[in-house]
Amino acid sequence: MTTYILSLVFAVVWVAVTGSGTLHNLIFGFALSTLSLWIVREQMSARGYWRRMGRILSLLVLFFKELALSAWKVAVLVMSPRMELKPGIFAYPLTVDRDFEITLLANLITLTPGTLSVDVSADRKTLFVHAIDCSDPEATKRDIATGFERKIMEAFR
Amino acid sequence: MIAVLIALLTALLILVGAGFALVAAIGINRLPDVYTRMHAASKAGTVGSGLMLLAVALHAGDLSTLARALAGFFFFVLTAPISAHLLAMAAHKMGYPLHEQSVRDDLNDHQN
Repeated sequence: MTTYILSLVFAVVWVAVTGSGTLHNLIFGFALSTLSLWIVREQMSARGYWRRMGRILSLLVLFFKELALSAWKVAVLVMSPRMELKPGIFAYPLTVDRDFEITLLANLITLTPGTLSVDVSADRKTLFVHAIDCSDPEATKRDIATGFERKIMEAFR
Repeated sequence: MIAVLIALLTALLILVGAGFALVAAIGINRLPDVYTRMHAASKAGTVGSGLMLLAVALHAGDLSTLARALAGFFFFVLTAPISAHLLAMAAHKMGYPLHEQSVRDDLNDHQN
């Protein structure tokens, strides 16, 4: 069942890439993706692929929720007549250590409420995050650690 | 009936998207320093363009446009944080100061 859904998603991507939305092209894309998925079927079933897929999806849902919230917060802040700001840069100790995971975490942090990643230390153990409201950095750190970082760990290890 | 609904939804998406883009622009003007400005540009800007891309997809009502609009939104989400991050990092490396209301700067302590 999940294979069919994935084939369908790939078929839509195929339609996007080729730029022709006819039924024939969709069916052709579906056939192509089914064939490709059949070729890699063993690698996919071997390592808990589907469970991981679910976790990536849950990360995605969390991301869209946070993105909407974050745009809303910025809008409220900008439109308020007297802007009460306490900006600052705090150091966030990283638990994830692979380049790919750090990049993903930094991007997610940038698109979530009130935080913007500025730099990574040379030893890749600390992420420097600019917060628009830095009055309670410990709480922000906790939010990141129990939110995105934990979900990234679940999805990619 | 459905056509009217789709038209209304498209109009709503365009209005809200344009609203967020406007807020992003106002934010860039009102916020005090480059770091806080990046917040407005990266978040409200992304959501604004994303909603308008969605409106285009809905209005066209055909699969290939929808898929391309989604791909456009995907690349927006991929690139907006990276450019905001690079601008903030470059500003900090050049010694551009944080606004005086700022309460702490761990990165500065780290580099010294």
